[in-house]
Amino acid sequence: MILIVDMNCRKDSLGYDEFVLPIASIIKDFEETVVKHYSDVSHEEARDYSRIVLSGTALKDEGYLSKIADFEWIRQSDKPILGICAGMQTIGLVFGSSLQNCLEIGMTSIRATKENSLFSSAFKAYELHKYSIKPSLELDVLAESNNCVQAIKHRERNIYGVLFHPEVRNRRIIEQFIFLSEH
Amino acid sequence: MRLAVLFSGGKDSTLALSKAMEKEEVVCLISLISKNKASYMFHTPNIDLTELQAEAIGMPLIQESTEGRKEAELEDLKSAIKRAKEINRIDGVVTGAIESVYQAERIQRICSMLDLWCFNPLWKRDQQELLEEIVRNDFKAIISGIFAYPLDESWLGKEIDRKLVGELVRLSKTYGISPSGEGGEIETTVLDAPFFKRKIEVLDYEIEAKGNSGVFIIRKGRLVKK
Repeated sequence: MILIVDMNCRKDSLGYDEFVLPIASIIKDFEETVVKHYSDVSHEEARDYSRIVLSGTALKDEGYLSKIADFEWIRQSDKPILGICAGMQTIGLVFGSSLQNCLEIGMTSIRATKENSLFSSAFKAYELHKYSIKPSLELDVLAESNNCVQAIKHRERNIYGVLFHPEVRNRRIIEQFIFLSEH
Repeated sequence: MRLAVLFSGGKDSTLALSKAMEKEEVVCLISLISKNKASYMFHTPNIDLTELQAEAIGMPLIQESTEGRKEAELEDLKSAIKRAKEINRIDGVVTGAIESVYQAERIQRICSMLDLWCFNPLWKRDQQELLEEIVRNDFKAIISGIFAYPLDESWLGKEIDRKLVGELVRLSKTYGISPSGEGGEIETTVLDAPFFKRKIEVLDYEIEAKGNSGVFIIRKGRLVKK
């Protein structure tokens, strides 16, 4: 069972329809899902699932940025985690990275900079964000656009982040994550 | 949150409006009247009916006309949204975009420039599911435009009900057209929905059709009690 963490600033928002449901719709073809708002996810809660996906949010929604302490369970979890957009920024901040201003809206060219299990080479992806991250030493950069870091991975664990929205034009990346080996 | 809905009067923007009303305060509708029949963003056969639809819903409408030139029409949209921000003090905008990155990214950019929220509650939804939701929720929507083989004049003016959804799904499997018309294969006009205070009765209409392309234009309608 896969946990999808709703990163929108409040439960059952309009952002839920736009940023959570499309991810759930892709995953449900392969595995059962449970959606929980981030305010309801603890270390104990996160242990119950085989892997975890953190959703994106509306462009103006920055509520999660003031609640980074609520995501300490990411540091403690041993499950594969994929953070999308706001999810990637959150993973970055949990592991000591800083935010970098980078407004990108719409289809953008991405190039892989490091071999990895989710994607390869160059591709186009849908973007909707104001920030990327300057990764800490705990994170590897997997991909970049002309403007900023687009994907990261924890150096030792199966914790990934993508700044673009794979649920819009690159659903295969989500499928790759679902079938990623646990270790 | 005070929101405006980009409203064409078709099933998608009406369903987006209904979803927005469930979760937030919708304070006005915005319609662009495009003079370009091939507009990438805004043209629908009965866009002039949005005034009557807004009255039926009981919501203020901000209308802006546009020549409909490819990117210039976005300036007209921006101007309409800006008016809604000034007059109706909106915090954000809702659209009925389902699949079109072209539309979504342009509206997102405008909202970002105007420091407004932007929501697309139908984004990436399964198109058959959306049609079924419209029927289940008792929307009265008719087919007001057909623009793809094998659709023909006989489809124009038909109400979207369970049987018609079944036919559209069957055609989508055989001919690859989008069942809900997201690729521009069909256009729809909503005459009633549960949140409409009054419904629209069509008094006069005209059909213009040739082959697999045609429109059902409502020339005259009136509001009646439900």
